[in-house]
Amino acid sequence: MTQTVFAPWEDPNETPLIQFKGVTKRFGTFTAIDDLTQDIYTREFFALLGPSGCGKTTMMRMLAGFETPTEGQILIAGQDMANVPPNERAVNMMFQSYALFPHLSIWENIAFGLKRMKMPKDEMNARVDEMLRLTRLSKFAKRKPHQISGGQRQRVALARSLARAPKLLLLDEPLGALDKKLREETQFELMDIQEKTGTTFVIVTHDQEEAMTVASRVAVMDDGKIMQVSTPDKIYEEPNSVYVADFIGDVNIIEGTAKKTSEDGYDILWHDGQEPFHAKTTRQLSDGQKAFVAIRPEKIGISPEKPEGAMNAVKGKIIDIGYLGNISTYHVELPGGVMIKAQQTNTRRLSRRTFTWEDEVWLSWTLTAGSVLER
Amino acid sequence: MRRLFLISVPYLWLLALFLIPFVIVLKISLSDTALAIPPYTPQLDLTTGWEGIKSFFGALDFENFVWLTEDDLYWKAYVSSLQIAVFSTLFALLVGYPIAYGMAQAPEQWRATLMMLIILPFWTSFLIRVYAWMGILSQEGLLNQFLMWLGVINEPLIILNTNKAVYIGIVYTYLPFMILPIYSALEKLDGSLLEAAEDLGCSRFTAFWLVTIPLSKNGIIAGCFLVFIPAIGEFVIPSLLGGSSTLMIGKVLWEEFFANRDWPVAAAVAVVLLLILIIPIILFQRNEQKQREAEQ
Repeated sequence: MTQTVFAPWEDPNETPLIQFKGVTKRFGTFTAIDDLTQDIYTREFFALLGPSGCGKTTMMRMLAGFETPTEGQILIAGQDMANVPPNERAVNMMFQSYALFPHLSIWENIAFGLKRMKMPKDEMNARVDEMLRLTRLSKFAKRKPHQISGGQRQRVALARSLARAPKLLLLDEPLGALDKKLREETQFELMDIQEKTGTTFVIVTHDQEEAMTVASRVAVMDDGKIMQVSTPDKIYEEPNSVYVADFIGDVNIIEGTAKKTSEDGYDILWHDGQEPFHAKTTRQLSDGQKAFVAIRPEKIGISPEKPEGAMNAVKGKIIDIGYLGNISTYHVELPGGVMIKAQQTNTRRLSRRTFTWEDEVWLSWTLTAGSVLER
Repeated sequence: MRRLFLISVPYLWLLALFLIPFVIVLKISLSDTALAIPPYTPQLDLTTGWEGIKSFFGALDFENFVWLTEDDLYWKAYVSSLQIAVFSTLFALLVGYPIAYGMAQAPEQWRATLMMLIILPFWTSFLIRVYAWMGILSQEGLLNQFLMWLGVINEPLIILNTNKAVYIGIVYTYLPFMILPIYSALEKLDGSLLEAAEDLGCSRFTAFWLVTIPLSKNGIIAGCFLVFIPAIGEFVIPSLLGGSSTLMIGKVLWEEFFANRDWPVAAAVAVVLLLILIIPIILFQRNEQKQREAEQ
């Protein structure tokens, strides 16, 4: 059985649903979005990820029509959106605060957008009922928003924004107000609904786990710029910069200077008198150039003796242990004071733990475990 | 014990300043007019003991209330008061809502100042402000002089001593009571609700109509009652700004009391006015309570 991978961004014949063309947005002297060009394709689940104030919400509000670009163009389905007001766009938004109408029942909230479309009554009833079923809210149709729980409210907001069958659904921190467990459940629900309805979703979030879970592609933003756009696994495994590596997940960043050893092999000199780290990369670096090695803690092995045949092995002392139940994080100090985090799955009970504080241990990793970055 | 004391304070206050005076007024309304001090009979004379109490209650009757239905002056005054109160409330709403809306839309740092400006007139005596309107509205007044100077009119408008002046006076005086509750409702309104409405296909106007208005409903109701209730019994404004044709129950009451010295009929007029006002007051209370429940 062959499964086609969903990757329209790799297909040059595909026309994007959304095109940002050199978009800049300024509020007074503050530049929220800085000359941004990006395509988003039909049926994508596109996540905008970044710290607060990075411009991700502004990008979304421009798509919804609440803000207009200072410079550049935004096209949706090939049409320039410059003079199209929010109520005439085939775009709906799910608000961070949900923005449910408190004076209307759940049913009326969902029907609100349909009534504006002048949809015939029985068609509208059927559509609202369908939305209620999709979001498992049929029981609560007659209640007011303040009479249901946070998770239910979140689903009402989703049902309301999906009811008009938009080409594009915008989700502004949709799960921010939910507790962790409910959030995880809802993430899968969102993906399910996205698949069922075939709508293009753009989600704004500052939660990297959420972005990684739901999105087909993640755009990591900083300071009004997109730093990297890629699939969640590439963002995690092959970050293009220290910023992205550091923003997504836990990472060890070791600074050093590069020295070419073969076609794609480099030595990174990180401390005088220590053996350099060896790494492979397709990036071309010149000798003596400043370089960073970014290694995820779970890719570092930890052992009491120097492991045989390890490409990179370095001795250090355990300073701290973070016990998280399923895994433990060891903070290991290398010669010269560099701190490295290494993670190990706790396959054994805690009482039989091999290492403890102040132990001398060996850390090791493979040639391709770390990413070599220029900045 | 302490709780009982705290609760008893407002009740004692109401007992002394509302219930006891009301019982006295009610008693007077059931009495007959007399040339005496005080000008009504019977007086309760406890020195004659049980006989005295019996003859006192025997002398009370509903004559004055019957009289109110016989002379058409009274019900015409009630109807006219109701009419003036209803229309004043409506005008106050039409003027007050946009002001409250503007205040709620104003930048945060301006709002306290705007609120202050709304309350500012209360720093001057109500009576002085009404007199000031006489100076504005009279035939040689500021308004007529200004309009004639502009060339809009050739002859002065007759406003003072007509119902128009009464409307202007009532709307002006009670406008803050309309603005403040509406403003407090609008200020709480979440801006993202309007964005959501627009996002779901509303124009700015329909969003206002379908979201802003319903969500400020409680403020509108509160404001309307706060204007309507005092306006219906208004006495100073119709007597100073109104003319001889302005018929309001507050003025009738004053005339019965001071000009005719017919305390029993005046008291009967007051009791009926109170009965009329009890209905909107109860409705107002219910609205307030509903609002409190909704906020919980």
